[in-house]
Amino acid sequence: MKLTINNLSGERNGQMIFSNISFTLAKGEALIITGTNGSGKSTLLRVIAGLLPAASGTVSLEDSGEFTPPEMMHYLGHLNALKPAMSIEENLIFWQQFCGNSLLDPDAALEAVALPGIGHLPAAYLSAGQKRRISIAKLLVSFKPVWIVDEPTGALDKASEQMFARLVNEHLNNGGIAIAATHKPLDIGEGVALKTKSMNMDEMPVEDTLTYGDLL
Amino acid sequence: MSDVTTSTGFLGKVWDLANPTRFLRFANRLIPVLAIITALLFAAGLYLGFSAPQDYLQGATVQIMFIHVPAMWVAMMTYSIMSISAIGSLVWRHPLADVAIRAAIPIGAAFTFLGLVTGSLWGKPMWGTWWVWDARLTSVLILFIIYAGLYALSRAIDEPTTAARSLAVITLVGFINIPIIKFSVDWWNTLHQPASISSLERIAKPALDVVFLYPLLTMALAYSFLFFTLHLMGMRNEIFRRRIRSMRMLSARAADKGA
Amino acid sequence: MIALLKRDLKLAFRVGGGALTGVLFFLAVVTIVPFGIGPDLNLLAKIGPAILWIAALLASLLGLDRLFQQDREDGTLDLIIMQPHSMTATVFIKCLAHWLASGLPLILATPIFGLFMNMEPLAIAAVMATLLVGTPAITFIGAVGAAVTVSLPRGGLLLAVLILPLVIPVLIFGVTAAYGAVEDPAPFTAPFLILCALTLFFSVLGPITAGWVLRNSTD
Repeated sequence: MKLTINNLSGERNGQMIFSNISFTLAKGEALIITGTNGSGKSTLLRVIAGLLPAASGTVSLEDSGEFTPPEMMHYLGHLNALKPAMSIEENLIFWQQFCGNSLLDPDAALEAVALPGIGHLPAAYLSAGQKRRISIAKLLVSFKPVWIVDEPTGALDKASEQMFARLVNEHLNNGGIAIAATHKPLDIGEGVALKTKSMNMDEMPVEDTLTYGDLL
Repeated sequence: MSDVTTSTGFLGKVWDLANPTRFLRFANRLIPVLAIITALLFAAGLYLGFSAPQDYLQGATVQIMFIHVPAMWVAMMTYSIMSISAIGSLVWRHPLADVAIRAAIPIGAAFTFLGLVTGSLWGKPMWGTWWVWDARLTSVLILFIIYAGLYALSRAIDEPTTAARSLAVITLVGFINIPIIKFSVDWWNTLHQPASISSLERIAKPALDVVFLYPLLTMALAYSFLFFTLHLMGMRNEIFRRRIRSMRMLSARAADKGA
Repeated sequence: MIALLKRDLKLAFRVGGGALTGVLFFLAVVTIVPFGIGPDLNLLAKIGPAILWIAALLASLLGLDRLFQQDREDGTLDLIIMQPHSMTATVFIKCLAHWLASGLPLILATPIFGLFMNMEPLAIAAVMATLLVGTPAITFIGAVGAAVTVSLPRGGLLLAVLILPLVIPVLIFGVTAAYGAVEDPAPFTAPFLILCALTLFFSVLGPITAGWVLRNSTD
């Protein structure tokens, strides 16, 4: 398992956001992406996850068999993808069945994010931080080797941040790969020995050209 | 990524035009020529039309035909051009194809509207009513609603790439549907109005003498050239609009960097 | 996929009364017709099938704009797109769930409204049969409109304008077949079969197109 990003460029609204980014991540490695607002962290993650078309370059995953790279990824974006009208357990069970590859059962996953025994509650009753933790539990109920997480700890307190760092570390020890974007430098790695690489989007070169669509 | 490559051969020349800057240069040169041809054709067509003899059945109203029929032809031609552009937009993702759809929508809608209005004006003296739910009229009305819907959609989405895909998809879905709609409206019409009022064919077609045919064809040419002139102008405007948009976005970004 | 069907059905019935709202809207449309044209029972019986079809058509358009919008707003759509399922199948399942939750209750409520319209049992049965076969087509065409307007905050009206001309054939053959069952010279089988053909055609065209649009709609 090896994730290779080759000369990836991304655009939004016809503007180059980043260009020619390359890196590789092997089993058990993580990449922490830092940078200021608007530096293109989210765009980069969405391009890697296949949610935005790349302006150029490729994303490839070794040994992914018949699956495309995005199908082997968990993406945790800014939105939690929880339905307030369903109970927490129903939400988790849906994602487990829809994503396939069951890993932990919902109760165990809730325990892992330190919210045991509340599976029967409607998701609407949770606070922002709790919703975020349920969203993290979603990563645990089915197994995907690559985690793409965007500002995962935004609404979390210090303890939950460390909890998340532990979960990422566990995932890496199980042979996973993770890419995380944060605006605070390395808040995931604190206190946990991660095999991390890091990248600052502010230092990445951007070709200051308009794309073809905008040459119009 | 401006792929300004020079190609040879006819296809290569066509492909060169796909570059917006070249297209603009081409359009700037062509528009005045087209406009003059359009004006001349209209002058000739209107003169021929008004000097055509009166029909013994319809009297002077037959001259509405010279305004009405070409409008309908061009309205349908416009939709076909949009559908071809839609394929270009979806398959090659070429922005110019999308610009072509966008610019064609209001023109097509205007021609359809003109066709409906003149048809209605023609219908009053002929059928004694402004509107009948004749199969042909009904189909044209539906075509007008489709145009109107596309226009509303084209104004509702701000982001050009998203708008391009949406417009192209709906244009094509509409194109696939038009035969089905036409067929079902014909079916509906024969069921509800068993040949009480026949459409233009019975009145106009047998009477379509050469004296009517020439002005009609001239007007059809004039309308087509009017369409091409307006379409090129519309495309030019759309290109300018997008350039302004991207310049504004650039300056917004530059302001952020300067801070 | 079955998980998706179950989830969408659950959400449809839990949020905002789901099926009930559609049926109430259906009731409202059917009720205002006599106020508009007078309580002449013979006239109502004559136009009954048409009124029921138009009311059902409008009721099926209701809520169609939320078909994908809700999933997009809470980030679910991103994750659905990333999964190893074909988007065509996903859209088909979502349409099916939407139809089960909003179309089927309308059809089940049809007999009651048919009585309001002073329709004969045979006419009511014919309307039910044509609605059963025809309304899925509206959902499948509507899915394309819903996919195209997914990012628009007030896409509902636009969706209706875009979709209504395209569903006219469904309405024509639905009503024709319903009348064909009661009025003697008019045919029933031919328009009914064409209606089936339309539904089958759109059940393929709709999900493929909508799925493609959704896959490319992320930003």
